[in-house]
Amino acid sequence: MSEAMLDYEDVIAKYEPTLGLEVHVELNTNSKMFCGCATVFGAEPNTQVCPVCLGMPGSLPFVNERAIESTILIGLALNCEIAKWCRFARKNYFYPDMPKNFQISQYDEPICFNGYLDVEVETDEGMQTFRVEIERVHMEEDTGKSLHMGGATGRIHGADYSLLDYNRAGIPLVEIVTKMIPGTEKYAPLVAKAYVAELRDILRSLGVSDVKMEQGSLRCDANVSLSPRGSGILGTRSETKNVNSLRSVERAIRSEMQRHAARLDDGLKVVQETRHFHEDSGITTSGRSKETAEDYRYFPEPDLVPIAPDPAWVEELRATLPERPSVVRARLQKEWNIADKEMASMVNAGVLAVVIETVALGADSTKARSWWVGEIARQANERGVEVIDVGITPADVARIVELVSTGDLTDKLARQVVDGVIAGEGRPDDVVATRGLKVVSDDGALLLAIAAAIASDAAAAEKVRGGNLNAAGALIGLVMKATQGQADAAKVRELLLKELGH
Amino acid sequence: MISRDDVAHLAQLARIELEATEIDHLAGQLEVILGAVARVQEVAGADVAPTSHPLPLKNVFRPDVIRPSLTPEEALSGAPASEEQRFRVPQILGEE
Ligand SMILES: [Zn+2]
Repeated sequence: MSEAMLDYEDVIAKYEPTLGLEVHVELNTNSKMFCGCATVFGAEPNTQVCPVCLGMPGSLPFVNERAIESTILIGLALNCEIAKWCRFARKNYFYPDMPKNFQISQYDEPICFNGYLDVEVETDEGMQTFRVEIERVHMEEDTGKSLHMGGATGRIHGADYSLLDYNRAGIPLVEIVTKMIPGTEKYAPLVAKAYVAELRDILRSLGVSDVKMEQGSLRCDANVSLSPRGSGILGTRSETKNVNSLRSVERAIRSEMQRHAARLDDGLKVVQETRHFHEDSGITTSGRSKETAEDYRYFPEPDLVPIAPDPAWVEELRATLPERPSVVRARLQKEWNIADKEMASMVNAGVLAVVIETVALGADSTKARSWWVGEIARQANERGVEVIDVGITPADVARIVELVSTGDLTDKLARQVVDGVIAGEGRPDDVVATRGLKVVSDDGALLLAIAAAIASDAAAAEKVRGGNLNAAGALIGLVMKATQGQADAAKVRELLLKELGH
Repeated sequence: MISRDDVAHLAQLARIELEATEIDHLAGQLEVILGAVARVQEVAGADVAPTSHPLPLKNVFRPDVIRPSLTPEEALSGAPASEEQRFRVPQILGEE
């Protein structure tokens, strides 16, 4: 059932949005949060489970120190205070994705709180910084994965039964919750997207998570509410669950704003509920109504003792924080001598981190940038995946840039190499070999092709001999055709002109 | 005061099916239990910190090291039903 949507311009004319974002990040620890089971993504079902993460009677949780360390690092990177003392709590609920019938989480004593993250968004007035305040960063455990069997859609409704794989149950999960974010106006969808992108970059630079949205190691729940412009009355919010790409964060917020506004315009109430975002249509549909915190009957986890991070340890961790991504950007902009706009286009395409890696591997920054922002971003977009997941690595791009600079590939051939790598044909050198893409640089072979071209278009050759260099184009075209585009056009021109007496 | 509605709601959250007579019975009992707990609260002075754990311990951690898991056969051996190396559970209704 599709609901009415108001035009985005009308939404903004009448209403002010308030955002709230909850991001869940799976940490990349070797073992789970409370047991020694491995955490490999995509392992065979129920091969990474033990009595603890299966919730067997008599088993006891045992906290992973690196998970605590990673969470503190995240808190520090987000300018949070670190709790001097905090506890885990039981969140009780009945759902087969947690075999214990509760999830170990944190409730009123999060390990990190009161932080902020500044994000930059391109506005009508140029780049503008929005401060997103962080309410809390807390630790919990991930849930198992369900497959809904029978029924038509593979969804829960109409399913006959479900199958559970608990490999993911108990993987350390960090939840990062913002305070309400007012004042973003028409940029609300962009601010939400920029926040998640910036957060992802920070988490990647900390090395605490794989941050792969499509594999679910970074998941975003996006809340939005509208209040009539100038009323000062906060509207009812809806929460859109598990939005699985940066682009979807933007689309989900925009679509929810349009839906809320249409309801409010019609004098209807916005229902506080969970919504599901649909990638294909770009709209959300209603899920279950949200439980209240009371319904989870949180209480302090009796099987775990409190955590009181040693201030000296916290300071040690603070000293290891990498350069903040916004600082990195300012520095690179200088080093690479590029304008705000070019930096913004890299950030918007989500390619900055890979461009940095490519340059670190020796590639020229302009070349590295143009591959990632251009061809590769375009192909990622076509496939609906993030650039880092399209199948080509910074090492591949650095190698391709190198092959072009040594004259082994032309730009045109290099594009085919990119295609080949993305198509899974191997690394650049493999693609060059199997597709036979090496530039024809052997002068002998080129001279033969040139002689053939001169013979087949004698008129053009005569004009060139007579001093009309523009006529060389047709002959160069013939040579390029004969060599199937694998010759360097500049080289062909040079040899051709020499051959015709210049 | 624990009402019948409170008991019915708690029963629903705990997935326990209760008869009307049981609800009446339990509402009274829970009232008594809460009263007893409230007495303990009165006795504890301001100098007694609330505690969630009897042991004077903190920061009990283990290193991030993988330990052997169960085999899938072992993991599923106690399951009432399994399929495709997964636990099979009945239809999940009313929630998603
Ligand atoms: Zn385990």
